[in-house]
Amino acid sequence: MSRLAIWTILGITLTFLIGPFLIVILAGASAGEALAFPPQGLSLKWYAKVFTVESFRASFALSMFLAIFGTLAALLLGIPAAYALHRYDLPGAETIRTIVAAPVIVPGIIVGLALLRYFVVPFDITITMALFVTHTALVMPYAVRVVSSSLNNLRADMEEAAVILGCTRLQAFTKVVLPNIRGGILAAFILGFVASFNEVPASLFLSGPGVRTLPIDMLSYMEITFDPSVAALSALLAFMSVAIVFIAERLLGFSRYV
Amino acid sequence: MSDAFVSLEDVTLSYGQTAAVPNLNLNIREGELIALLGPSGCGKTTSMRAIAGLLAPSSGRIIIDGADVTRTPANKRGIGLVFQSYALFPHLSAFENVAFGLRLKRLRETEIRAKTEAGMATVGLTGFEARKPGEMSGGQQQRLALARSLVMEPKVLLLDEPLSNLDARLRLEMRNELQRVQKDTGITMVFVTHDQSEALALADRIVLMRDGRVEQLGKPAELYAEPATAFAADFMGFENIFRAEGAALVSEQGRLALDFDAPAPFLAWRPSGVTVGDGRHSGRVVASSFAGAHREYVLESDLGQIKAEAPIETPEVPIGNSIVFDLPQSTARPLAA
Repeated sequence: MSRLAIWTILGITLTFLIGPFLIVILAGASAGEALAFPPQGLSLKWYAKVFTVESFRASFALSMFLAIFGTLAALLLGIPAAYALHRYDLPGAETIRTIVAAPVIVPGIIVGLALLRYFVVPFDITITMALFVTHTALVMPYAVRVVSSSLNNLRADMEEAAVILGCTRLQAFTKVVLPNIRGGILAAFILGFVASFNEVPASLFLSGPGVRTLPIDMLSYMEITFDPSVAALSALLAFMSVAIVFIAERLLGFSRYV
Repeated sequence: MSDAFVSLEDVTLSYGQTAAVPNLNLNIREGELIALLGPSGCGKTTSMRAIAGLLAPSSGRIIIDGADVTRTPANKRGIGLVFQSYALFPHLSAFENVAFGLRLKRLRETEIRAKTEAGMATVGLTGFEARKPGEMSGGQQQRLALARSLVMEPKVLLLDEPLSNLDARLRLEMRNELQRVQKDTGITMVFVTHDQSEALALADRIVLMRDGRVEQLGKPAELYAEPATAFAADFMGFENIFRAEGAALVSEQGRLALDFDAPAPFLAWRPSGVTVGDGRHSGRVVASSFAGAHREYVLESDLGQIKAEAPIETPEVPIGNSIVFDLPQSTARPLAA
């Protein structure tokens, strides 16, 4: 292929990948009153306004809470699950793997509707609790997958070696297995965090009055107020994701695990 | 020296429904270097895992140093095991790998340090303390794994194919190293191998295993010179093994008359035991190769292929030509079925 063709394809790809991102950044930096592109003049006032909107603060806190603790809960369940699937020759292991992956395969709308109809309503569960359980379930597949793949890179006889040297099974797990899958666990946490933070469809069904995740809050904000602050907030969130992934890559070669 | 430092009594080892080792009886002496030798699937590794406590016997008893350890978990048995893949801990330094078991024993820090340094010195790894296993060569990793087991002062040290992952030169070096460590420490060592030359060179005694049973047990020289069965003879490098009927050898291809009555159902000759250039039988040379002190021939005879060696002084017989040979009684090894 000629150099020109390569650069053209690269250019088009980058335009589609980064283009929307640039549009959002610029739209948020508008000096005008309405969300528009190209922006009418440049100013940082909408970036500043984001921090003053009360509902954004509350929904950001909720989203952070869900992303952090939902992912931690998913790891707490997912690490033992991945370990059991890896270590023992369980009957129906393949079926269990498929079921564990189901929440990412089934469309979020269906997950949300099903949870609302058959879980939240009949059991009278609070919205926060319902969101927490849902986000945990949605993040579980990432936890199991990523931890499984780093367990696969671990030699099985290392645990036996630890036992021969005097470890109990639990000590062998904490002293030998865990330190060696640390990178995978961190990668799973970051993936889960981002997936949870950006989750819309299922949360849409479960969000209620006054309890909304940030993306849902942004949606409803836009329905009422069509100013550039939503674009500014989107840009800030994108920067946050990029920063997290960048730090993760620097610290532990994140891309090896994904 | 007790004759039964480690005893397996009627031990049956199974994976699921299949008994890999049906009924094993074995006595290992204190301070000896014993080899479990056999082809893959013969139960040698399974037996070793049972001694280590990684596999519980479905019946029978395992006794180590007078104590019944059949139900003792692996982490309380006081046994060392050097894995075929070494199974070093990649997240720990060489020093911490060796100190790993000592730390679990909750020894004082000074004692841990002293023992670890002594252990690393024993295997010639002084100066490598800070390295990670991934930054060490195969031979160094092997010695690190050995040190990690030795510092625990195990009653018995088990080694799973200890030389199989090393190249030829390192293998020789490590063989000497193992023998030296064994003589220095007097530790009872059991090593598993499928390589008969390794077993012959290293072991005080060899347990030749087949289908989960002990086929033959003896000193290397005994096994080499006097294999009891056709299987043992094959493993000990007797290339020419034939079924005997009266005063003849028979094979699927034909028969060959002997000038003596066969004393056993099978007879075997090493290539060096076959007389070439003199005798009552004739064979066609199908392969010929130079091997330093002698020349190796493959002869096509009425019985099938026969491997023979001729002194290098005798003129070479070209491929395709016929040559006379003999299978003399003096070099024949009688074998049980």
